[in-house]
Formats: sequence, structure tokens, C-alpha cells
Amino acid sequence: MSSVDQIQDLTKQEYKWGFVTSVEEDRLPAGLNEDVIRAIAAKKGEPEFMLEWRLKAYRHWASLEARQAEPKWANVHYPPIDYQAITYYSAPKAKKELKSLEEVDPEILDTYAKLGIPLHEQKLLAGVAVDAVFDSVSVATTFKAKLAEAGVIFCSFSEAVKNHPDLVRKYLGSVVPYTDNFFASLNSAVFSDGSFCYVPKGVRCPMELSTYFRINAQNTGQFERTLIIADEGAYVSYLEGCTAPVRDENQLHAAVVELIAHDNATIKYSTVQNWYPGDKEGKGGIYNFVTKRGKCLGKNSKISWTQVETGSAITWKYPSCILQGDNSVGEFYSVALTNNYQQADTGTKMIHIGKNTRSTVVSKGISAGHGQNTYRGGVKILKGAKGARNYTQCDSLLIGDKCGAHTFPYIEVRNSTARMEHEASTSKIGEDQIFYLQQRGISKEEAVSMIINGFCKAVFRELPMEFAVEAQKLLSISLEGSVG
Amino acid sequence: MSLLEIKNLHASVNGIEILKGIDLTINPGEVHSIMGPNGSGKSTLAGVLARRESYAVTRGQITFNNKDLLEMKPEEAACEGLFLAFQYPVEIPGISNAYFLRTALNAVRKYRGQDELDAMDFLPLLRDRMRLLEMDEKFLNRPVNEGFSGGEKKRNEIVQMAVLDPTLAVLDETDSGLDIDALKVVAHGVNSMRSKDRSFLVITHYQRLLDYIVPDFVHVLVNGKIVKSGGKELALELEEKGYGWAEPELAGRR
Repeated sequence: MSSVDQIQDLTKQEYKWGFVTSVEEDRLPAGLNEDVIRAIAAKKGEPEFMLEWRLKAYRHWASLEARQAEPKWANVHYPPIDYQAITYYSAPKAKKELKSLEEVDPEILDTYAKLGIPLHEQKLLAGVAVDAVFDSVSVATTFKAKLAEAGVIFCSFSEAVKNHPDLVRKYLGSVVPYTDNFFASLNSAVFSDGSFCYVPKGVRCPMELSTYFRINAQNTGQFERTLIIADEGAYVSYLEGCTAPVRDENQLHAAVVELIAHDNATIKYSTVQNWYPGDKEGKGGIYNFVTKRGKCLGKNSKISWTQVETGSAITWKYPSCILQGDNSVGEFYSVALTNNYQQADTGTKMIHIGKNTRSTVVSKGISAGHGQNTYRGGVKILKGAKGARNYTQCDSLLIGDKCGAHTFPYIEVRNSTARMEHEASTSKIGEDQIFYLQQRGISKEEAVSMIINGFCKAVFRELPMEFAVEAQKLLSISLEGSVG
Repeated sequence: MSLLEIKNLHASVNGIEILKGIDLTINPGEVHSIMGPNGSGKSTLAGVLARRESYAVTRGQITFNNKDLLEMKPEEAACEGLFLAFQYPVEIPGISNAYFLRTALNAVRKYRGQDELDAMDFLPLLRDRMRLLEMDEKFLNRPVNEGFSGGEKKRNEIVQMAVLDPTLAVLDETDSGLDIDALKVVAHGVNSMRSKDRSFLVITHYQRLLDYIVPDFVHVLVNGKIVKSGGKELALELEEKGYGWAEPELAGRR
């Protein structure tokens, strides 16, 4: 039974106690200053080292903000963000509760139906008050017992700070330091919660880990932080996200994900991102400004990123690998789709430090409507990286004549033994292809979705099975109405 | 009752009139051949029948299965039983031949109110049709037409026809790019599908194909009009005397 089935079964169960405790709002006033940082740390009951780290991050961010050093190099356009207008702490994040599904945007409901999401889960995702809630505590308990048996620590970041402060202290900021970039600094100062995972030496994590299984996963908020450590010889596969559009009132999301792989360890990180993309005229939608990076610290370690990005109004995201250990491997497989007025500037950085390090980059960008899709990739071979190899394939597909595809590959090689391959293509979805499929009896919409899925195949096959199926459906839904 | 009836068909591509009044009736079980020089409108006729959107019908009617073909979308015409073997089959990267054909067959079956086939039921059928066209099984899982040779693409078209079981198959220059051995294989595939319930419209430039797929009727298309119709012997006569013989005006212009 797949984990998704299990969840779906669980969501079908009736809630045993039949009532819901309304969560009282606990919210700090809008704006950001040192007092706010202190208040966040105090509310979360964090140890001193966390507060200090947050304060350092805040001061760094404030200095960047004063110099207006918000990154401007990405190929995305949006009005200035007023950082003093944002509320940085509200726990759990207050969502306006809707009384029934009838109050939810029918288009969102339509999408849920097409994805085959059970009714109870639909309500949860849409933020409707549910009388039979998804009993996340018991799910979490069941899974935690199994994980604990294997010695795997998987909990919310807050719990990790309380129960495993030494691990947090050792690894927090070791891959993405608080000085890394404007949004990472902001996240470091104010992050509310997120996921923490530690897989001990020689352990193969017995199941795919998913944010689904974490308590309050729905309320992780706009500044999420994830830290995953695979110790020597460990293996873990982590699924982030949800194929359904989650109702969310925050516009700015600035998350940070750090992965650390020790000797012979493997981390596979898969994302399906389908946040609110804004309406057909480009109004609203999430700004998804994320810093994701993994460090292959040990020899023969491997980090593999797979992402399917179909949501958000603006995506600014470069899941990257630092290949420090000799023979370590970094992979990046990406499908990014922009429709209507969505903008995406996404790609990866592969930094080769160790000997015989290898990296593979496969990026598939799809633009429709007025969407603008940019691939930005950096491959760096440092002096000591003898025998390093990179293969990059970067394909863009255009649907219609009002969208755009842009490619910015940066390659820097300082060791003459390196072998680099770069392939790129841009194509328009062919009328000939659509007609050919139609002539065989396939409808135009299905034809387009088939062509797109074929285009994305090299990425989809990297996704865990159940995710791959949903990702395909998601692409078709996201593209509805974009052809003809 | 005729299967296909074309009356006074005029059609334009990019604003240029290509078909200038075609009349043609095909009854169930008949094999018709359309021959004509380059640019006479043969492929345009095939495209119009398959409902290619960019081909604008400006006058005339087409009835197929007693229904108005010009009201149909391409996929509806296909589901009604009209199959076009493309002159230039299109590549669909990342989608396997088997998956594509099963999706197509199920779309057609659904339209006809039949149960959809799962992979277990479908594969034996596809294997059988591939054997008929002497195609290796490795083509099952290869992306549609990608990296196929010209001959393999054409054979793949006939495999698709054999799977989809149309009532009218339009073969658009299926012989072009085929060597003699491949031509025989393709013709064998087509001939084994001839029946009293299935009609063919074989479009070709050369008489050679008609040695192997022997038509009941031959029509000569010149400059957007059918200028001569006859039995299979017309093809031989054409081969001998050239298109100028069929269309004195054309001869006069030379």
C-alpha cells in the first residue's frame, strides 16, 4: 500500500471525538525589529543559541534591507515588498475559516475533483472547518513508532530545537548560512517552523518521508525551514508538497532547505509545488522565494533534487549541490510550468569541489499563456575537482505566442580534466503533433497533455511512483484552456 | 448507401484555393485511388477529410457515415472511422508507441460505446498487428516515430490503421520513401485488411503502388479538380502517357 493510499484511507475515517477545538489566535503585530525576533524565540521557548543566531541573521538582513540589497538579478518582476507590513509570527497561522465547501472557489474544487482528492481532505486543503478532521496525531504516532524503531528522527523543527539541540546547533546554517542571501537571511531571522530529519549511520529510512506525516503540516507558514541529515551510509527519500492547490493568504514565502549527506549517504528530495498562481489576469498568487541547497559532505555521497513546479505567481528557486566529498554525485531534475501571468526563474548550481564528482542537470521548462520561464544554472568546477563531470540538458517548450522561455547557463571550469556537456533546445508545441494525435481519436486537450508528459518524461521517472502520476495530472490541469 | 460523398468541394490553404470543385463517392468495400502530379491538391484533399483546421473549406459538402463531416473535429472524424495514414508521420518524444496506440484505441472505443481495453488485453492485439507488418517488438516501447527510418514510420502508420479498424482509410503517399520490399510488406498489410465493410482512398504519385494494392477505381486529380475517372487500367495508361494526356489543358501549357 502506498503512503498516499494510506493517507487517503485515514482521511476517510470518521473523526472519533466529533468536535473541533478552535485555535486561539496568537499573533504579533506587523513589522520586523529585534523585539519581534526576541518575541518569536520566547514564544517558541527556544534556547539561547537559537535567539543569538536569529538576531545575527536579523542584523545581517536589516543591513541588506537598508542598502536595498534585495536580489534584482532574477528575470522576474513584481512591485516592491513592504517588509514592515508583514506579520512574522502567528501560531498556528490564522486562516479565515470557511463554513462549507460552497464558499471555496469552484475552480479550486474542480481541481480537487480532477485530482481525486477525498472530500474530507478537500475541506482541509481549502481551509474549511471540518467536523471529521484528519487525525494527524495518530498518523504521526504510527509512523513515528516505525521510524523510531529504525532510529530515524523526524519531527517539526521546533521539536528538534527542544529535543535535539546539539544536532540543530551543529548543522543549522552549515549549508545555507544566514548571510547567504536576502531571503535566506530573512528566513533565518523569523522562521516559524519546518521539518527536521536525521537518519543515523547505516540506516535506510524504511519509508518515504513526507510533510503529510508531520503534525500541523498545514500550518507551517510562510517562513519554513527544513534540515535533513543523512549520516554515513544512510538513505532517505523526502517528499515535499502537495499536488492540490493549498489555500493560503500569505503572499511572500521565503523558505530554506538544507541537506547534508555524509560518506556513502544518499538524500533524494522531491517537490511538487502547486501554490496559488494568481488568477488568469495575473492578480494575486504566491511569491515563492526559496533557498534550497544540499552538501555532499562525505565521499561517495549523493543528493538528488526532483521538482515539479506548477504553482506560485513568481518562483525564485535554485536547488543546488555542493559536491565536497570525493566521488560525490549531485542531480537536479526539474519541470517548471508557467501559464497565464506566472513567472519562474529557476534552475540549479552544481559546485564541484571533490575529485571525480559528477552532476546531472535535466530541466524542462514549459511556458503557456503570458508565462515567462527562465532556466538559470551554474556549474562550477573548482581547482581540486580532478575528473569532474557535468551533463546538463535544458529544454524549453512554448505553447502559444505570448509566452517566453529564457536560458542562462553559467559554466566556470578551473580544472582542465573536467568534462562538461551541455544540451539545450527550445521548441513550440507542434500543431502537427496535436493534429496527428487528434487524427487517431484523441481529444485536443488530451493530445496536449500527452505531448507535455512526453516532454517531461525524463523528470517524471525520477519521482516516486504516486507522485509521478499526480504530477502528470497536475500538468494537464494547469494547462487547461491554454491551447485552442 | 455510400460511405463517403464529396460534393463540389472547394478548399483553401493560407488563402490560396487548392481544391476547386471535387465530386467523389465511395461505397463500402471499395478501393479508390487518387493520382495526380505534385501540387494538384492530393494531400490537401486528405487533410480536409481528416479535418485539419488550417485547411478552410469554402464551398461544398462532405457526408461520411450519413453525417456532416465538415461539422466534425479531427478526433470525431477519427472516432467515426476515418483514418489517415500520414505522408510525413509525426514524432512524439517520450510517449511509447504502445501507450499512444492504446490511448487512441480506447478513445475510439469509448466513442463507439465499447469497453476500454487494459494493457493486458491490448498488447496481444498490438503484437499481432505488428507481426502483420513485420515490425520488431522493440517498437512497442520506443517513442512514437522517434528515430524511426522512413520505411518504419510508414509501416507504423499501417500498424495503427490495423489496430484502430477504420471504415475509411486514407493513405496519403504511403509509398513515398519505401523500397520495394517495404512496399510489398505495407501492401500486404493493407490487402489483408480489405473487406466489404472497409473502404480505402489511396493517394499516390506513382502507379507502382497500385500493382500491389489494386484499386477498383482510379481518379486523376489535376489542379484541384478530378479530370478523369476510370477503372484500374487507367493507372497503367497514365503511367504510359503522363498526366498531360489526362488533362489536355495542362499539356497545352507546356
